[in-house]
Amino acid sequence: MTGLTITEKILAAHAEGGSARAGGIATIRPDVVLLNDVSGPLAFEQFEAMGAARPFDPARIVLVADHFAPAPNVAAAGAIRMTREFAARHGIAHYYEPGSGGIEHTLLAELGMVGHGGIVFGADSHTCTAGAFNALGIGFGSTDLAAALATGRLWLRVPDSIRVALTGAPGPYVTGKDVILEVIRRIGSDGAADASLEFGGPGVASLPVDARMAVANMAVEAGADTCVFEGDALSAARAAETGAPAAPPVAADPDAAYRARIAIDLGALEPIVARPPSPAAGVPVGALRGQRVDQVYIGNCANGTITDLRQAAEMLRGRRVAPGVRLVVVPATQRIWRQALAEGLLDALAAAGAAVSTPTCGACFGGHMGILAAGETAIATTNRNYRGRMGDPDSQVFLANAWVAAAAAVAGEIVPPGSLPVPAEAA
Amino acid sequence: MPGIAMQGVVHRYGDEVNTDVILPGRYLALRRPEELRVHCLEGLDPGFVDRVRPGDILAVGRNFGCGSSREHAVVALRAAGVGAIVAVSAARIFYRNAINLGLPVLVCPEAALALRAGEPATIDLEHATIHQGGATWQAQPLGAEVRAILAAGGLVPRVRALLAA
Repeated sequence: MTGLTITEKILAAHAEGGSARAGGIATIRPDVVLLNDVSGPLAFEQFEAMGAARPFDPARIVLVADHFAPAPNVAAAGAIRMTREFAARHGIAHYYEPGSGGIEHTLLAELGMVGHGGIVFGADSHTCTAGAFNALGIGFGSTDLAAALATGRLWLRVPDSIRVALTGAPGPYVTGKDVILEVIRRIGSDGAADASLEFGGPGVASLPVDARMAVANMAVEAGADTCVFEGDALSAARAAETGAPAAPPVAADPDAAYRARIAIDLGALEPIVARPPSPAAGVPVGALRGQRVDQVYIGNCANGTITDLRQAAEMLRGRRVAPGVRLVVVPATQRIWRQALAEGLLDALAAAGAAVSTPTCGACFGGHMGILAAGETAIATTNRNYRGRMGDPDSQVFLANAWVAAAAAVAGEIVPPGSLPVPAEAA
Repeated sequence: MPGIAMQGVVHRYGDEVNTDVILPGRYLALRRPEELRVHCLEGLDPGFVDRVRPGDILAVGRNFGCGSSREHAVVALRAAGVGAIVAVSAARIFYRNAINLGLPVLVCPEAALALRAGEPATIDLEHATIHQGGATWQAQPLGAEVRAILAAGGLVPRVRALLAA
């Protein structure tokens, strides 16, 4: 019998019966259950319909009002109220909304609720972001999570694993976003169906944890069930910083079985932009030079970190947003927002003409705070560019990293970030 | 299992029909079936809700339901009257959501590509077979957990029974 992948080991440690092999069915008890103001209300109603009296463990449930928050209309206000009331009724202390919280996946890590070897079940497809922390985040719908709330467990098929071996170090303006857009470009939007993407190899050390979050976040855009990074000193340091439970990283056995292997030389990557309407339609940024944009959106659970805001501010310092272009910047959490304020990033962005928002999922999913009109084009650091994703069905979205997005805000069109003229005051 | 033999008219769509086009994000603060029904497939085919009849069958391409985990997409499809989906492949979360709400999804590339739109087809859930105009296709068999959920009428009654036991 072959050895175990990271995914199999983490699942086995949480499985009833204590074992999990790819292709088998396992019943898994997660460490944390996560819901938001869109998935939560449906789940709470299903929870009631199941006849459940109380959730399995209030201390391990996190509820975040982030999608339609702050509420843009009465229906959204009602959904947030349901979420808030469910938390109060069942003694769930981990309830967050604007002012205290932020975007759920970024927030969850900040709260120290995800660390080496952990498992998060979330009623949101981007729960896979937890993979950055040598943990497994698995997305579900509302009824599944209602069952998880009621019983503390769910059945699942143990995924196969695909090994993504990283070597080298990224060059200028190349980030985690480009790594995952390259993976999706190569294997397609369902290339990792029924699988976990396991990122490892010597190149991992050159990716800061924020960059790993950008990679892990979009594993689902390759169709992956989940994903996981090898743990190392950087992930251990992040866990110590957030207060996540101290645990050794979970490593794969040398003879673990993989469905496929992908090799990526980080040093050979260029910034990549995914053309609408698919995250798999990535091309080098230079191929899109001259593509006009109406709006630039920097934020979301993939790329709203302090690292992204620093990149955007560095690109915009001493420069201006091009006439006729809107730049919307959304720090992912309240803590990141305050850190960006303290570092002067928010002022640099606002001085350049950016509209800086409170943390929210906002326009990423076409909800509010910058949705697109018919015929408009956006470049965004978000994770989906499906038809109509950010607004009208006849609008379009290009996906890119924060350097590329900020450079487009300055140029009014997609350009390689290194090609902008040096700002006047720096010359 | 409910609706062991199901019949409906076939509607065809292509690959990568994602949950954003099935139920656009701007409607996600809604959750009542009657509210979501009118927006079903609005991002792809706004005329669908007027053409679909109760029990109709979707024949769809690769990776159906990919993207957002929003269960609202399944609620909308069910409320619009969709009785079953025959797919080349379906995204994991969508598949689970559909089964959990009692909407059968059969994975059968041959049938999904061959079913003729506008004509009736029959599905035998017990045997996971699809029939149209004398042709028969065998879909991938449903797993034990999936069969148990469908047999209970969805995950809510299944968990309700487990909790009451």
